Amino acid sequence: MKGAKVSPTVLLLAVLAGAPVARAADIIGTITLKGTPPPEIPITPLMDNPDCAAMYTTAPTTHFYVVGPKGELADVVVSLKGVTGKSTGPGQPPAVLDQKGCLYTPQLLAIQTGQKIVVKNSDHCLHNVHCTPTVPGNQEHNDAQLPGGADLTYTFPKPEMFLRFKCDVHPWMFAWVSVFDSPYYAITDKDGKFVIKNVPPGKYTVEANHRKLGAQTQDVEVKDSDATANFTFEVK
Amino acid sequence: MERTGATLQNFEMNANTQNYNPWLHWFIVVTAAATFLLLGSGGMVTSHEAGMSVPDWPNTYGYNMFLFPVSKWMGGIFYEHTHRLLASGIGLLTTVLAVWLWFKVPRTWMRWLSVLAFVLVVLQGVLGGLRVTLHLDKLGIVHGALAQLFFVLICALALFTSRWWMELGRRSPTRREKNSMDKHAVPEAGAPLRRLVLFTTILIFLQLVLGATMRHQHAGLAIPDFPAAYGKIWPDTSAAAVARYNADRMEVISENPITAFQIVLQMAHRLVALAIFIFVAVCAWQAWNIGAPASGPARANGEGRKQAGPEAGAPIVHRRISLFWLALIAVQIALGAWTLWSNKAADVATAHVLVGALAFVTGALWCLIAFARPASQPQVAPDATTPNAFGAAQSTTANRVMATRASLPRVFGAHPAMIGDQ
Repeated sequence: MKGAKVSPTVLLLAVLAGAPVARAADIIGTITLKGTPPPEIPITPLMDNPDCAAMYTTAPTTHFYVVGPKGELADVVVSLKGVTGKSTGPGQPPAVLDQKGCLYTPQLLAIQTGQKIVVKNSDHCLHNVHCTPTVPGNQEHNDAQLPGGADLTYTFPKPEMFLRFKCDVHPWMFAWVSVFDSPYYAITDKDGKFVIKNVPPGKYTVEANHRKLGAQTQDVEVKDSDATANFTFEVK
Repeated sequence: MERTGATLQNFEMNANTQNYNPWLHWFIVVTAAATFLLLGSGGMVTSHEAGMSVPDWPNTYGYNMFLFPVSKWMGGIFYEHTHRLLASGIGLLTTVLAVWLWFKVPRTWMRWLSVLAFVLVVLQGVLGGLRVTLHLDKLGIVHGALAQLFFVLICALALFTSRWWMELGRRSPTRREKNSMDKHAVPEAGAPLRRLVLFTTILIFLQLVLGATMRHQHAGLAIPDFPAAYGKIWPDTSAAAVARYNADRMEVISENPITAFQIVLQMAHRLVALAIFIFVAVCAWQAWNIGAPASGPARANGEGRKQAGPEAGAPIVHRRISLFWLALIAVQIALGAWTLWSNKAADVATAHVLVGALAFVTGALWCLIAFARPASQPQVAPDATTPNAFGAAQSTTANRVMATRASLPRVFGAHPAMIGDQ
């Protein structure tokens, strides 16, 4: 039998099977704090309100700096700077912001543009949900929410860092929602660690943002393995 | 002739007194007092950051405003809701006042002042409502400034309808010379003092606007210490310094970060406060020197008034007002310092707003008094028919009245002594 002819299609497939494929990877890192932050202060106005004070034995404190024993800094919002138009928000499950114990829980959230954020009132007193965006295109809302009342749902079409939610009935209540135009963001946990998942290969600028300490950036390149970006903030 | 002159004076005095309507006057005084309370109520709303605690208007959480259950007046709602209720009361009082003045006071300019008061109170209500429904924080500054102007207007109406104002200048200069401590003897303030009082009053209003702008930044204290500013005479406002200030701030209620602009705003407020204190002190000094003799004591009994001696035209009113004004400014500066030292305690900050309002209205009323004087002091003999220092009162002698009116400057379109005409 003479030698069989190989189909060009099969040949192409074989070449492609052997070729290296660039895959998405994660950007991971740890954020630490150097120096001693100012001490947190008690939220004394909360204890002056009978509805709210009934839920506490002592006044809760602020949480501006959540720092671990080795300086691990939590509540830092990490994202890829300048990456826009990649939002998958509309298809994402809604993020949940609750009002419990006359405080917002969690106090820090990150969502995508077009993603729903559902605000609940788990307290026995009424609140007003007042979001105050500063970026044009994101609409300000101020809605009453009675105890046991219906959830309130919002979406924001524009990226914005630390969009503030507040309650004017209880003026110490704040939550900060960061809105991104891509799925590439994370918030550091109590160990100061973050993971931005499934980042396509390429060069990026990673931005770490803390409400009090400002922002830092770092350039990374994502290839076919995880990239690392560590940050150190300093209190002077 | 002398008896005729004395008889005419007595008639004029009686006519003025009869024109005084105590019910009207005290109704306006009550309205002014209630307005002062409303200013305090509004101050508490801002001091407690409760301006948006009732999301709807004119309803309150869906209820008719007047039917909102008391059990729900909690937290910031208490301040905002009571402010709206008080404002409704002021609206009612002002409406009654406007109707009363319109139908009972024949003087056109008083009628139009009452209409202005009505328009202002309606405008205030609408501004307050729009600030909430349109989420326009800047409207809060306009709302606060207009409130001060409205307060001045109501106090001015109270002044114009007072017995004291109506009796201004009812006595002849001759009698005034004899009764040098007569409280109704208000000598000419002099153009320099009048201008200074007016300028200082305007400066106080600008300071009020500055203060309102500061309060509506919702950023707490841009500078936490006093009399230094971040430990210096003039604070560092570089980006790095402001970042450091924000990093160190631990605020519970006002969680907006501070900016360089806000720091400069507070420094401007401090400097203007100092300027106001100096100007008010100069006003007081000038007021105490009204009537200081240029030469010798006055001659008596028919020889005409010459250069007034120190015992003539005692400037009691101007002195008292100037001292009161100076005391108010001193208290206001102390309250400003206390506001900073107490980390902007709501009651202290609101007291600061209220004393500021009193300082503004004091200057405004002194302006009215200081400007309500004749163009020149006439030379008067005991039996003269020329007008006294503040114009003739209502008189059945038409020519005398016409001549008198022609000699007086106009205050709000009429002469002070004519205000009580009804």
